[in-house]
Order: sequence, then structure tokens, then C-alpha cells
Amino acid sequence: MTSYETVIGLEVHVELATKTKIFCGCSTAFGAEPNAHTCPVCTGMPGSLPVLNKQVVEYAMAVGLATNCDITRYSKFDRKNYFYPDNPQNYQISQLYLPICRNGYVEIEDKDGNLKKIRIHEIHMEEDAGKLIHDEWDDCSYVDYNRSGVPLIEIVSEPDMRSAEEVISYLEKLRLIIQYLGASDCKLNEGSMRADVNLSVRKAGTDKFGTRTEMKNLNSFKAIARAIENERERQIELIEDGKQVVQETRRWDDNKEYSYPMRSKEDAMDYRYFPEPDLVPIVISDEWIEKIKKNQPEFRDEKKKRYISEFEIPEYDAGIITQTKHLADIFEETVSIGANPKKVSNYLMGETMRLLKSKEMEPEEIKFSPENLAKLIKLTDDNLINSSVAKEVFEKVFTDDIDPVEYVEKNGLKQDNDEGGLTEIIKEVIENNPQSVNDYKNGKDKAIGFLVGQTMKATKGKANPGIINKILKELLG
Amino acid sequence: MDILDYTAVELSDKIKKKEVSVKETVMAVFDRIDKMESELNCYVELDRCRALESAQKVQEKIDNGEITGELAGVPVAIKDNICTKGIPTTCSSKILKNFVPTFSAQAVINLENAGAVIIGKTNMDEFAMGSTTETSCYGATKNPWNTEHVPGGSSGGSAAAVAAKECYYALGSDTGGSIRQPAGYCGVVGMKPTYSTVSRYGLIAYGSSLDQIGPLCKDVTDCATILEVISTHDPKDSTSVKREDTDFTSALIDDVKGMKIGIPKDYFGEGTDKEVKEAVLRAAEVLKEKGAVVEEFDLSLVEYAIPAYYTIAAAEASSNLERFDGIKYGYRTEEYEGLHNMYKKTRSEGFGAEVKRRIMLGSFVLSSGYYDAYYLKALKVKALIKKAFDDAFSKYDVILGPVAPTPAPKLGESLVDPIKMYQGDIDTISVNLAGLPGISLPCGFSSNGLPIGLQLIGDCFKEKNIIRAAYAYEQARGKFVKEDR
Amino acid sequence: MANVISDETIEYVGILAKLELNDEEKEKAKLDMASMLDYIDKLNELDTTDVEPMSHVFPVNNVFREDIVTNDDDRENILKNAPEEKNGMFNVPKTFD
Repeated sequence: MTSYETVIGLEVHVELATKTKIFCGCSTAFGAEPNAHTCPVCTGMPGSLPVLNKQVVEYAMAVGLATNCDITRYSKFDRKNYFYPDNPQNYQISQLYLPICRNGYVEIEDKDGNLKKIRIHEIHMEEDAGKLIHDEWDDCSYVDYNRSGVPLIEIVSEPDMRSAEEVISYLEKLRLIIQYLGASDCKLNEGSMRADVNLSVRKAGTDKFGTRTEMKNLNSFKAIARAIENERERQIELIEDGKQVVQETRRWDDNKEYSYPMRSKEDAMDYRYFPEPDLVPIVISDEWIEKIKKNQPEFRDEKKKRYISEFEIPEYDAGIITQTKHLADIFEETVSIGANPKKVSNYLMGETMRLLKSKEMEPEEIKFSPENLAKLIKLTDDNLINSSVAKEVFEKVFTDDIDPVEYVEKNGLKQDNDEGGLTEIIKEVIENNPQSVNDYKNGKDKAIGFLVGQTMKATKGKANPGIINKILKELLG
Repeated sequence: MDILDYTAVELSDKIKKKEVSVKETVMAVFDRIDKMESELNCYVELDRCRALESAQKVQEKIDNGEITGELAGVPVAIKDNICTKGIPTTCSSKILKNFVPTFSAQAVINLENAGAVIIGKTNMDEFAMGSTTETSCYGATKNPWNTEHVPGGSSGGSAAAVAAKECYYALGSDTGGSIRQPAGYCGVVGMKPTYSTVSRYGLIAYGSSLDQIGPLCKDVTDCATILEVISTHDPKDSTSVKREDTDFTSALIDDVKGMKIGIPKDYFGEGTDKEVKEAVLRAAEVLKEKGAVVEEFDLSLVEYAIPAYYTIAAAEASSNLERFDGIKYGYRTEEYEGLHNMYKKTRSEGFGAEVKRRIMLGSFVLSSGYYDAYYLKALKVKALIKKAFDDAFSKYDVILGPVAPTPAPKLGESLVDPIKMYQGDIDTISVNLAGLPGISLPCGFSSNGLPIGLQLIGDCFKEKNIIRAAYAYEQARGKFVKEDR
Repeated sequence: MANVISDETIEYVGILAKLELNDEEKEKAKLDMASMLDYIDKLNELDTTDVEPMSHVFPVNNVFREDIVTNDDDRENILKNAPEEKNGMFNVPKTFD
């Protein structure tokens, strides 16, 4: 059988984290009542006009600079004309002819661990569309324009990727950069990062690209991987059968794991782009670029290096903690309050990761505050709670962001460090567990663990296990 | 003197002197409207109660000294494509039937702050597409000088209302001559300011890169006064320019000594009526006698302005009018099957023939494969036209010519041949392409008693030059009246 | 007439512009568009080889607003003119993404 190579390019839409929309002063906050965040501009009222949000330009420039792009010194907006109800003007203000950033790249690791450049063709700014809500029972749909006019950047790559793994590395890399910039939270499941996959196949060893399709509606890395595999197979099958791949846009249905063409005969896909007459050009000076460069944050690689040298945490830990900006922020803030970096790192690497996994959460969804983590660490540092209580309290911090000091106080979880009282309890435990005492005396060191456990149980977990151990050993000679 | 005969500035003076009240004025205007409207059809929306309430409020503010300006208490009419909060604004189109804006255009807000009382909305060619006010869904407006003739367009309702004394002044919009040409046909003063001078916020767009709001009024003094009030920098309009020199009334000086005036020979081509030519050249002679240096020159490219204009305006219009789809406002067809059928039926039933013609043309010239050949080519020709004007204004302060090749045509004559109608825009259109200010004022009558308009064109941001020339001419001409009227 | 507009072209432009013409209107539209294009073709008499297309007449650049929320909830007004409305949303014929 002939072997085929998959050729993939991505169009990634990212919703920017501005407070207001791209062309009007409406809030971008998520979750408002339908149409509560709208005005004449973002609902396309006759007579309204757009005015560009400066922060959008600055975020776009920041992403461009972080992805090695050239910043276009004279940039313009264009209108993309198409009729659809989520698009109130029936044109989208976007950039075709003079996008703000061009000719960049990011580096990813390929399957052999070598660095590979994925080139970025351009990054342009545009407005998001509203949301259509479909009524199952009614023969109509409803439009909510809250999202209409939320600023987007579209990052268009060259067809440089060859596998789903490369696609995901590229997306992770982009996400990391953009999150570190604070330009977006990049949540695929909530749609603040959306990737359209352009894919074609060609016989291995040939240079000429095959006909590509564009795949939309990919809401997770898993969906992306499945859709790529599915589309690759679909195209190869067509070719093997002597049929043609049709250049078209397809929609992925992740539940059914298949895709179908999106277009009807009423969509000509002829967008009639022309320069947006209601907006003026953007001219970007050296000074402006320098200003943005100066404000770029510390990116992951630098941060990782600094954690290793400044906080003396292992390279592996530093790698995990800097994997998302959010985790790194929690780490740094907790340390800045005074917590021991290694202990903070241990919490993030151990319990945090365990809980994320068991609750199927992403690190971005962590909501506990650095203050409460720092307080918890202080409680253990001061020997006021033991490690098993600490574990229980941390779970509470993780899920509800409770104040550990108050919680320990309220639930009477303070470690019992009173040796006198403890000796009495331990004596009782020894009396009630002659078998274990015997085992211990016969050299089974592990048996003491059972006795410690029994003592903890008797003290409802409040005793200091170190002290229990000490007293037990004394009593058992 | 009948109170309706005052100019806006004269009337405001009388109001402030308490010789006449705002309410009396408004009532006089409505009486006049009652008398004239059945014949002329200048207005598409009138609200007497609202106007009287507003008169009351304005009177109070005048009395307590809150409003003192030159337009305080003066009734105004607003073209139907300029948004007025709470007053229907339909672009004289079925598709915007019942549309009531939730905000007012910045120009309207400025007028209201200056104490204007809005009388109603004036008729226009549907979406400002036309030169005769015959494409309105409300039927044609008639020329007050002769009701068998059109008032011009697209601001025909505004021009006719001023001419018929159904208001003291009006706002219009000018994309290719839509203020100046009807002003010329109706014997009133009309001005299109430099692009970007008056905020377009609240003006329902036709050709966004060409549209400007401007005044239609009785004389040059009113014109400068109104323009001064409506010209403000508006952060809601990205193309609005911050200007320091909007004290246009300071240019009301009866002195043109040494002013260099160029007359483009190109503006007197074969289509230009002999009477028009004579009247315009007589006006030039008047300015010359007053000390201006007047000479003829070749502007060039004039014949290319019309095809360039119709390409650009149709393209922008095809996009600007996409939002009228039956979902958010306006007309929606009664019966439909699915989304696209709803779009098509709504738009086909809602738009008139001329609007559809331009939407089709605009969609075509922007479509894949034709963009470079038509749209981009037109933008390049626009650059050449702009350059021709730059060259001209390196030699002249003012360019003088007719505002239209003929006086107002008869009703029904123009729509038969669209291209011929478009060619009637030859004298006004290049001014919009180049973003220039232009003023139109009456300079005589044709043998059949219709007004003839004189057009003065200035360089960008040089409104004062043309206001000064127009004022000086007007002083020499005297009041524009026809004895047998 | 130099330009001839085919049925397909008029059909296609109708899809782009979301206009539905009856047969008579279509025939008229074909002629109208052809004669307008003939007229526009006059522009080809001009050599524009080195001319930059001019979309804005003035060199006004960098007009921005600051990223500050200025608009309150104005749903009632926004929906006031809707031909059909339900639960604070605009009602449209059933559409599929």
C-alpha cells in the first residue's frame, strides 16, 4: 500500500481578554442575560459606527512579537460580507489585505524530540459573531448578540504540521504564549480558543500539495486528534478509489466521530472583501513596538530557569509548575507571601495534580488563593496540624478555597502535642493490641505503624504522629 | 413681514427679543405645512404634539438663559436617513418601516442643544439613491417653484420644505450631490462640508466614504451658522476630524478682493443648459466686479468621476445595506420557508428598484474575479481625481461652476434612463470623491421660472473660502425672489 | 453593448445580495448591469499603473477608544424594533450551524 503524508495548517481563533468589545464599550464578560451586553454598534443598528479598542491592537502586537512575527506598520481593516443571523451587520470587520502581523513562527518538538519551526503566515484582528440558540420544539432559532463584537485574533499557520501530535504541540505552545501574555485564557471547551484544521494528504515523497479541506467545530485536543485521523482516512480512501477530494469546509461531530460538508447552495463563499470605510488605518511606530516589547512578560523557558536557580526546585518540578501561567502565578504568589518554595511546589506537584486528575479539571480551573495555600503550609510548619489533617484541609482549600486557620480551629483539628495525655491513650492502645506489640518485639518494625494508626484513630487524627512514635518506642522499650 | 419669511438667524433674534414665541413659530410652520403638504409631500413624518412640547421646553431654556445661540427656538426638518431618537427614521424605504431609532445622530443632538425644534422627517430618494426624490416609498416630493418638476434629490424633501417655508432650515445628506443639487433645483442654499467635518454617527450609511451631513437653508448666513453648530469632533465616528477652525460665521465677509476663482471649462460640456451656463457665468462676473481674480481652466477627469463614483458608492452601499435582513428591525416578509428565503423575500419586497439596482451592481463589482478590475480601478481613479483638485487648489481659492447641468427636470422624466440620470450628477460627484466642501446657492432663473444653482467648491477644510465668496455674491445679488411667485 | 450579463451571473449576484428577482426583473437587471458596466469600463481609458488606490481621502490614522466599559444593559431598547422577539432574543427562522 502507498504511504501518505498528512499536511496540516491551522487557523486558530483566540478571544482576547479585553474588558470591552473590539468596536464598542460593551462588556465582554461571560454569562450575562441574552443581549444584556449589546448596544447599537454590536447589534448593527442603522447609523451606528465602530471605533477600535486600542487594547486589541496591543494584544495582537504582543502575540505577534512573542511568535516572531513582523509587525505591519500600516495596517487596515476590511469587510467580509456574508449573510448569517449571528452576524448583525451581515458583514464581519476583519483584516484581509493588511493584517497586523505577518511571517512569524513558533518552535515545537517533533516526535524525535528535535525542534521544528511551525511558520505563522499572519495574525489578524476581527470581531466575533453572536450566538444562535436552537429551540428543539419550535421552528425557529434565537440570536443573542452578547458575543457579537468580542475581539478575536486569528493566527494562520503555514501548512507545516504533519501529524495530530504536532498540531497539539503547536496549539499548546500558542496557548502557553498567549496565556503568559494575559491576552486570553485560551479555553478550548469554552470557545475562547478555537482551531480550524486545514488538511490535505499526498503520496509520501511528492512535493505537490493535495486538495485541502477545512474542518470546524473542534472543541478539545481529543476532538482535534480524532478529526485529523478521520479526515486523513477519508481523503486517502477517496484517492485510493480514484475519486477527488473536494475543497470545502466540513463540520466535525465529535459524538458521532464523523464530519460533513457545511455549505448550502445559498452560501457562495464569495466574501467580497473591501477596505472598511468606517475605520481608519493603524500606523505602528518603532516606539510603540518597543513599548510593547518592554512590557512582554517572562515566558515559560525563562521562568523555568529562574525557578531552578532562584528557588532551588528540581528541573522536573519547575517544568510542571510553569506548564500553565496560572499554576506559575499561584506558585510565585504563594512563595512571595513567605511559604517555602519547595513545600509550595510539593503541594502543586502532588496533591494539586492528583485532585485535578480525579476531578478531570484543567490547571486553569484552579481557583484556590495563594493566601490560603500559604496559611496551610504555615500550619504544618508550625506543627499545628499533622500531615493527614493537612491533606484533608488542602482538599477543602482546593474545592472551596476555605481559610485553613479558621477551618482547623472550627473543626478542632489542631494537632495534639500534649505528651502526658497521649501516653495514657497509647498505653491503652498497647493493651488492646497485644498481637501487634508482639510482632514489633519480634522484629517486625512495620507493626509500629499499625499502633500509630490506632492511636491516631483514638485521638481523631489530631495527635502529632512524631510524638506518638517517640512515646510508643519508649513504652515498648 | 410674515414670520415665515425670516431666516433662521433672524427668527432666533426675534425669539430672543420676545417679539415672537417658539410656540407661535412652530404653529405657523404647521399651518404652512397643512396648507402645502397635500401638494408638495415634503415630509414623511410629522408630530405636532411632540414639536409643541419641545417648543415649550426650548422656550423655557431661552427664557432662563440656558440657550442663547443663533438657532435658539428655530424649527428644523431632518432628512429621513438621519436618526432621531423616538421619531421614526426610515430612509423613505419600506424595509425600515416603523423603525424608531433609540439614539439621535450627533448632528441632531448638536442642533437640539442649540435650541432647535424638530418638526418632522423629510422625504428623500430611498436610501439616498436617486437625484429626484422620486424613488421614495412615500411617493415623490414636488418642486415648490413648479409642481410638475422634481425638487432634486436625494434631499429633495429637505430642499422643498425650506423653499416652501415649511421649515426654517433642514438637515440633508450629500453622497454625490444630494444636498447641493436639490438646493439648486429649489432655489435655496445647501452645503456639503469637507468629509469628516460633521459626525456621521446616526446617519444611515449609503456610501460611507462619501456621505456627509449638511444644511439646507435660506441664505449663506444661516448656512454658516448651522454648519458651525453641527461641526463637532465626535469620538463615536472614527473618521471625524478634530478641527479648530469651525467658526464658519467669521467668514461672512463681503469682500473677495484678490480671491482667486477658477472656472473649470469641463463643467460646461455639451449636456449643460445654455441658461444655466449664462446664469453661472453672470455670477462669476459679479464676483469679478467685486475684485476676485476669475479665470477659466481645465480641471480634467470630470467625465470619469461618474463611473468611479457609481462603482465605489454601489460597492459600499451593497455592504451597508446588508444589515436590512428582517431580523433586528424594520420589515420582515409575511411568509417564508427557512432563513435564506426569508432574507431574499424580505429584501426583494422591502427595497425599491433603484436600491436593488445599486445593490446588485455593488455586489457584482466586489465579487471574486472582478474586484481589481472595477472596485480597485475606481479607487485609483479617485486618487487621480483628488490629485487634479489638489493641482487646481494650488492655483485657486475657489472653484466655481453650475450645481447641475440643467434646472429641475419634470417628474417621471429621469427614472426612465438611469445612466442619463447619473450623468446629471456630473457637477457634484467629484466633490464627494475628493472629500471637498461645496456650497450651492441660487443665481438666477430659467426661462420657465425654475431656479438655477451656482456651486462654489473649496479645498479640503477650506469652507471659509467658499462661505466668503458665497456671502459676497449673495450680498450683490440681493434676496432671491421671483416677482410672479 | 460590450458587456453581456448571463443568467448565471444574475442568479449568482442574487445569492450574494440576497435578492430574488422574477423573470422580468432579471431581464431588466441583466441589461441595466451590462450598460452600467459598459459605462464603468470608461475608466479603462485611464492609465493607473502606478497609482495607489485611495480608500480614505485624508491621512487620519490611529483613532482608538480606551478599553473601558461605557455601555449599560440596554436590552429593552435594542430589542424594541425587532419584528419578532422572544425571551430577550431576536427570533429567526430555524438555522443550523
